[in-house]
Amino acid sequence: MQIIYTDVLVIGGGLAGQRAAISVKRRGHDTIILSLVPAKRSHSAAAQGGMQASLGNCVGAAGDDEDCHFADTVRGSDWGADQQVVRMFAHTAPKAIRELAAWGVPWNRVQRGAHEITVDGHKKTVSEAAAAHGLITARNFGGTGKWRACYVSDGTGHAMLYTLSNQAIAANIPVHERMEALALIHDGQRCCGAIVRNLMSGEILAYVAKATCIATGGFGRIYRVSTNAIINEGMGAAIALETGIACLGNMEAIQFHPTGIVPAGILVTEACRGDGGLLLDSAHRRFMSDYEPDKKELASRDVVARRMEEHIAAGYGVHSRFGAHLWLDIRLLGSSHIEHNLREVKEICRYFLGIDPLQDLIPVRPAQHYSMGGVRTDHRGQSPQLQGLFAAGESACWDIHGFNRLGGNSVAETVVAGMIVGDSMADFCDSADGALHISTTLAEMFASREQQRLAAITACRGGESAFELTRLMQDTMTEKVGIFRHGERLQQAVATLQELQRRACKLSLRSNAPGANPELVAAYRLPRMLKLALCVACGALQRTESRGAHYRADYPRRDDREWLRRTLATWADPQAELPVLTYEALDIMRMELPPGWRGYGAHDYIDHPDTSRRQQEIDTILADMGTADRHLRQAALMPFMHLMPEHLRGRNQRLGEE
Amino acid sequence: MDRIPAHEIHRTLRIQILRHNPYDPGSMPKLQSFELEEADTMTLFIALNEIRQTQDPSLQFDFVCRAGICGSCGMIINGRPALACRTLTRNLPDIIILAPLPAFELIGDLSVNTGKWMRGMSERLETWVHAQHLEQVNIDSMEHAMEPALAEQIYELERCIECGCCVAACGTAQMHEDFVGAVGLNQIARFRLDPRDERTDADYYELVGDESGVFGCMTLLGCEDMCPKDLPLAAQIAFLRRRMAVAGL
Repeated sequence: MQIIYTDVLVIGGGLAGQRAAISVKRRGHDTIILSLVPAKRSHSAAAQGGMQASLGNCVGAAGDDEDCHFADTVRGSDWGADQQVVRMFAHTAPKAIRELAAWGVPWNRVQRGAHEITVDGHKKTVSEAAAAHGLITARNFGGTGKWRACYVSDGTGHAMLYTLSNQAIAANIPVHERMEALALIHDGQRCCGAIVRNLMSGEILAYVAKATCIATGGFGRIYRVSTNAIINEGMGAAIALETGIACLGNMEAIQFHPTGIVPAGILVTEACRGDGGLLLDSAHRRFMSDYEPDKKELASRDVVARRMEEHIAAGYGVHSRFGAHLWLDIRLLGSSHIEHNLREVKEICRYFLGIDPLQDLIPVRPAQHYSMGGVRTDHRGQSPQLQGLFAAGESACWDIHGFNRLGGNSVAETVVAGMIVGDSMADFCDSADGALHISTTLAEMFASREQQRLAAITACRGGESAFELTRLMQDTMTEKVGIFRHGERLQQAVATLQELQRRACKLSLRSNAPGANPELVAAYRLPRMLKLALCVACGALQRTESRGAHYRADYPRRDDREWLRRTLATWADPQAELPVLTYEALDIMRMELPPGWRGYGAHDYIDHPDTSRRQQEIDTILADMGTADRHLRQAALMPFMHLMPEHLRGRNQRLGEE
Repeated sequence: MDRIPAHEIHRTLRIQILRHNPYDPGSMPKLQSFELEEADTMTLFIALNEIRQTQDPSLQFDFVCRAGICGSCGMIINGRPALACRTLTRNLPDIIILAPLPAFELIGDLSVNTGKWMRGMSERLETWVHAQHLEQVNIDSMEHAMEPALAEQIYELERCIECGCCVAACGTAQMHEDFVGAVGLNQIARFRLDPRDERTDADYYELVGDESGVFGCMTLLGCEDMCPKDLPLAAQIAFLRRRMAVAGL
């Protein structure tokens, strides 16, 4: 077996992985990226609408800063996020976007003078300042107090990924394409690389590294209806779980995006609504204003998705041969706006629906979109349980999204995490802990274990079909672990998934084609996907409250008293049928923003006794500070700057500031 | 419109696929025929997956986003290179012939190694912003201003998804394997337009001022005709050729 040595092995070639690799390389360490597909085809490219960073350049963004971005993100998370990490994120996002601007991303820019916008169904004229001309502009997104989503038309992720990939090529960082990590190599305490399968030849090889970074994105494909790329099967999170040591955080926190097109489930961006588009029902009537009088179509995604499903359940959906749906109307935005700022949306409508969104309504219904949960890490991206294992981006839970991510915060997270976690891995390699004392026997042992697993599948005769069981898993997740959850249905889901797991012990192949063999790929991924699905379903069943995207019809209130806790899932015994769930408390007494009403969604929640205590404490601290500036006030409430890499601690300049 | 467009009558499609597995010493290229019931809003993504799941599990093809944005699924569909994921079967005749994109290394059946080709092109043409002190850029201070119209012009060329359809449709690329293709020339046009890139025409001339670059193009226009993103490739190549001719004097 071939063994390849490097300092930092990055698993995943999307925005987070590539940005992390660039940091590592700049610090003088060797790195290799593994990618299931050519790196520029990663799912990061599918991000359409924007990247949140509080630049505050355009009129709609006036007065924006890290404080607003922080507060929006924490409210969006329904207080599930780690507030210190959210602070690190909000502070770094403007730096990340300015770096990308220097590297070549053609961000849309502010045009001085008057221009027309669409707000609340009406045209309005606003005027941009001359001083802002040519600076990076932003658009409105859900759950935010300011226009903060910086964008490149509606191909933001594509432009970011191409620029970053090209910089990685310039830095001479090798991307080993069509390579899949099957297992992490570890000795119980220390992770030191991965066993990898070549998806062209089928060959097994080992990569041995001081630090290993999971940056494999989300696991949306455990659901039938998902906006995710078909490669988003969560294998990075699954191999971390299969170490039996590293744990996954908040796996039940699954986001459903309000506007997946029907029936394909392909995403049309939140920018449709951010730019002024409306949601209509079967009578072509706008309904979000009835449910959410303040934020209307631009409440957070969890709230809008839930209201849409409620409206369909109340009988106002459009009935089609593909099931019920609602309409998205962007006709009012006009042809020039759509042809410049929503061109991917126009293409998607044309090719997949045969309609023109300038003339026609777009059929939409919420679809699985994002995994807030993932490999649990500390604020620098390292697994607290398994040294040398790091994670960044959607595959990680470090955790800035809590129970609901705001639109535009995912691509922002990828690059910010890449910057911070990349640096953290370089520090690790430089430290005494980074030294590698592994014997190649360990790598051989893990390789032989994986080879035996594959051989067992190949040798099995007359067993189950992986394609069939995968479909059953996806149906179960979409039907029973979706937007509206209920104890009884969750129990049924767990039972079905366990049954599928038992059946998946006897998978067999109809084809033994040499090479990658797509049927074998489906077969070895299925048991891992089932483990992730069980983490989601069990987490959802145990969590007897509603928080963010996790909504329990039988426990509709957010319960801070019992559930201000992060779910941690481990799978120590490979023979076990279920994950072991434990909980880690979020400490209100250390929060800068204690729990409260989000400004949209339900008003009703069960308070934690610490909330009022902490609020009083905050009020006293701030009263004592008098006229101190916002940075000092923030630092007095919840210091975070000491957690940042030193070169990222500078203050972000804004228009009109020195 | 008050309903999702769909066909009332479903046909039985005959899908013929050019098959070969280079990792199987016994494999010989052959056209294999599959029959499939058409469904509402069926795309070739759905059709090929159904064939793999119900008829032949060894069938190889590449899809990633299945939304027409990642460029993975370029293939020859009834003689024309196109993205399979966004090709609706209702727009195709009863017989559909699929073949892998030519000019790229074959991985198996409809799967080709566009990634390797594109990485090679990027390394050769240095498709990144070249600027002094890029590593020391101050990311705390305001970004440099850029004309809004220029940013949009750059994005227009940046929309390329490196799917390889233009290379498959190119006469020169079929004859000269070192030709950088419209995809490569478009990249040069993109960085040439970008004021952040400090390279001059003399630098670009070194990269594309020969037969394997802009002077290899025979202006057959297959690239522009087949580009799934409707990029203005012919105009970019013509303009670049003029600039490079001047730079070469």
